[in-house]
Amino acid sequence: MLEKTGVPEPEQVKKITPSEERFQKGPVAVVECFQNIPCDPCRYACRQGAIKEFEDINDLPVIDHELCNGCGLCISECPGLAIFVIDATYGKEEGLIKLPYEYLPLPGQEEEVTGIDTEGQAVCGARVVKVQNTKALDRTPVVTLAVPRQHLMRVRSFVRKGGE
Amino acid sequence: MTSLQKPEIAIVGGGPAGLSAALSAVRQGAEVMLIDRDPALGGQLVKQTHMFFGSKKEYAAIRGIDIPGQLMFALEEDGKGKFSPILNTTVLGYYDDGVILAEKEEEQAVLIKPQKTIIATGAAEKMLPFPGNDLPGVYGAGAVQTLMNVYGIKPGTRVLMIGAGNIGLIVSYQLMQAGVEVAAIIEGAPKIGGYLVHATKIRRAGIPIKTSHTIKEAYGNKSVEGALICSLDENWCAVPGSDLDMKVDVICLAVGLTPQTELLWQAGCQQKYIPELGGYVPLRSEKMQTSLPDLYVAGDVACIEEAGSAMVEGKIAGLFAAADLGYDEKVEERYHGFSRELEELRAGPTGAKIRQGLSRLNGGAEVC
Repeated sequence: MLEKTGVPEPEQVKKITPSEERFQKGPVAVVECFQNIPCDPCRYACRQGAIKEFEDINDLPVIDHELCNGCGLCISECPGLAIFVIDATYGKEEGLIKLPYEYLPLPGQEEEVTGIDTEGQAVCGARVVKVQNTKALDRTPVVTLAVPRQHLMRVRSFVRKGGE
Repeated sequence: MTSLQKPEIAIVGGGPAGLSAALSAVRQGAEVMLIDRDPALGGQLVKQTHMFFGSKKEYAAIRGIDIPGQLMFALEEDGKGKFSPILNTTVLGYYDDGVILAEKEEEQAVLIKPQKTIIATGAAEKMLPFPGNDLPGVYGAGAVQTLMNVYGIKPGTRVLMIGAGNIGLIVSYQLMQAGVEVAAIIEGAPKIGGYLVHATKIRRAGIPIKTSHTIKEAYGNKSVEGALICSLDENWCAVPGSDLDMKVDVICLAVGLTPQTELLWQAGCQQKYIPELGGYVPLRSEKMQTSLPDLYVAGDVACIEEAGSAMVEGKIAGLFAAADLGYDEKVEERYHGFSRELEELRAGPTGAKIRQGLSRLNGGAEVC
């Protein structure tokens, strides 16, 4: 149970997972926010109007995956680091995950790392495709990982090989 | 002889609540003196390296460390000639005649007689009793955060965090960011108290969060070498045979905060014990005015809550302290906006405890 362990339940993740059809159309944001807390920056981050207006600041974000173009502006705006962008159309075998990563040192481009899940367990090998750390990201760098497609909804962070 | 200073409004404490109160009061046109014991304004914000939650209108998604700068900028713009901060100055006493006694840089006495005073002294960390809790290596979470984020010093190499409220979760994350290993977070309650997105962030870094667990003892020769923890049943009793020995050199306590109400006791404000709000808290009106008409409160001293609400409370206290002095332009309209913001922040399930505490505070139970 999420409240006991800090790990989202598979049913919770399933509910917020975009449809397979939508995944086929290109990158899309996945918002893994499961608790009603007073927080609303994501809705102001989205320029596509995909994250619906909140009636109450305690509402869970509701994202219209059809309006989302996967631009990723919301990733570094979420104080909970709970938004990821998934691109299932990257390659035949591989897809991309864009994730927030606030640890130093940052990985290098093309670095081979280990993709880990929401419990910190190793899932698969992953490759760093891009590291963004612009001023607009305000010290929440965004790392793009290439992982085998079947692990796109499992990998949520990574560890560098040979240590941290 | 120390001369008596007579500002229109004095604010004690330059954290999020005090700074917001100052800004709100100078914007009304009042003259504000802000007294803080630290060398820089910001209170606990100076070590909050994480992005804040809350309303986009109220600094959400901005890092705590960046907020004092933004508030100071606004104070310089809007408070030209009206805002005077006095730093490195600790307020020691509040006297019957409304005089505040403070000590500047540990040598000079400062006497202030303001027309209105806003107390925004924040909170202190709670302690947990267990054998060995006086060993070097047992820290409060605030101290760990100060060491790391203000002075750049690692508190140790492997940490056991006690408490899975927001402070325990955030400080664990910041320890990891500093390259310190966190062995586990343990929490006596059966559920994680802090925001679950924080917990998820920590779990995906591989750190276990053990709910229904407590510390039995800390051990070590000259400093902490380890801790014995055990699990708790539904009656909060230790489960026999569940002891676990953890080799750590730091035990970090994040077991809650309590309002720093000493000045309010000295002043003779009416206070009431409300566990949901963190302990004894002052009775106050929705204007944040205490039982003494010249004394206002804002932030954690009034109720242990998030920085976002502390800032809104500060705005309300500053607004009315100024309005009572005659600077009452658009008071109703502004108050309406602030009180709505506060209501929204407290409206959800995570605000239930605060709502319950406030309703008990305003209810009929006995008053001290």
